[in-house]
Amino acid sequence: MEHSARHTVIFTVLLCVVFSVLVSSVATSLKDRQDRNATLDRIKNVLTVAGLRESDESLSGDEIMSRFESGLVARAVELSSGRYVDEIDALQFDQRKAAKDPEQSREAPTNPAKVRRLPDHAVVYLIQEAGETVGVVVPIEGYGLWSTLYGYLALGPDGNTIRGITYYSHGETAGLGGEVDNPNWKAKWPGRQAFDAKGKPAIRVKKGAAGPPADDPFQVDGLSGATITSTGVTNMLEFWLGRNGFGPYLKKFKQEGQG
Amino acid sequence: MSKTREIVLDPLVDNNPIGLQVLGICSALAVTTQMQTAVVMSLAVLFVLVGSNVVVSLLRNQIPGSVRIIAQLTIIASLVMVADQVLKAYLYDISLKLTVFVGLIITNCIIMGRAEAFAMQNKPWPAFLDAVGNSAGYALVLVLVAFFRELFGSGKLFGFTILQSVNEGGWYVPNGFMVMAPAAFILIGCFIWAVRAYRPEQVEEEFHVGALLEPGYEGDLR
Repeated sequence: MEHSARHTVIFTVLLCVVFSVLVSSVATSLKDRQDRNATLDRIKNVLTVAGLRESDESLSGDEIMSRFESGLVARAVELSSGRYVDEIDALQFDQRKAAKDPEQSREAPTNPAKVRRLPDHAVVYLIQEAGETVGVVVPIEGYGLWSTLYGYLALGPDGNTIRGITYYSHGETAGLGGEVDNPNWKAKWPGRQAFDAKGKPAIRVKKGAAGPPADDPFQVDGLSGATITSTGVTNMLEFWLGRNGFGPYLKKFKQEGQG
Repeated sequence: MSKTREIVLDPLVDNNPIGLQVLGICSALAVTTQMQTAVVMSLAVLFVLVGSNVVVSLLRNQIPGSVRIIAQLTIIASLVMVADQVLKAYLYDISLKLTVFVGLIITNCIIMGRAEAFAMQNKPWPAFLDAVGNSAGYALVLVLVAFFRELFGSGKLFGFTILQSVNEGGWYVPNGFMVMAPAAFILIGCFIWAVRAYRPEQVEEEFHVGALLEPGYEGDLR
């Protein structure tokens, strides 16, 4: 259809205005809900790794919050010193966003886990039972075969014995590397040791099957058909348990219990 | 067959957007490892396609010919962003699985194809029906492909275990190939084959460039 140039200009301007108003009003009105979803999702994963939720249990938002409040305390930690930082609201703190902000992060030293930026602060979750701290959950991330895997590692009160591991976001091949999600594989972690006698990160995913935790404390079964994802898991644990990650914090945690 | 029924039912088998026109393949590969994602993706496409067809049809006499493609794209992209935001707010878990593919509905050729080929020439009601028919055709293929991929790839349907896999202590060894993108290609190929065996008129005439030069050639020039 032929239209004058004036019509064309007016039409396009109106179209853009109308649709940008539509999109931005939808986005702003749903923002709170989306943020809540993201927080709930994060908390849900922490509950799972802390052993406060079955991995296939479905919970409403309120149930998630009430379990969280009764069993976990979120604290912000300064990575380099390992000290708690009370000025940061740990529940609202977005570590992944902070890692992208040059003001709140630094470039990570070259590492096999391919972590590029290190946030100055991170959030840990203290597991509470009858008023006592019985463990701690730390976030971990690192590169596998195709993607960065994001997850959590839960450690016992000694800051050494593993309570559990979980991954909540990854893009590994389903059925192969994607088996990091498999509850049976995750069940092989509890009881193993994160650090050796000298305090160095020792836990690793080996190729093939490992023994029971008592005989073979530093190794976990590999994921068959997913050597590179398995190595990725080893690398990220080494990094995050090491001195650039939560090493300083966990040392303090071990000595002071509640820190 | 009445005109209304024809507009809605034609894209299911006779003129399926994936099967006959081979459009929208990229998302058909990406989101069909599970039934759940396939269904949600189909609903998102339904929403965007209905919205864009109706809006484009309402504005069809106002849209200047010189900028019509970008005008259509503005409408489609806005609707896609709305769908994406709504999914993130109400179906967060599924939106995590669909990741970028909701956003990529913008580039789904079915949407723009229907806007350009149908909505620009028709009144809103037929355009609405056309959108419903085409998204149903798209959904049909997606759900069919996802059915086979989820069942044989992970032994589940909608996340419920049907064939208990070895990894979960059962007997079924999942077919790892099914969860990879090439499996969707093969399944869609089989679908196209089945439809064309049933409806031989969909088989394209074999085309070779030489034919154009031969005297008396009367075939379709595409």
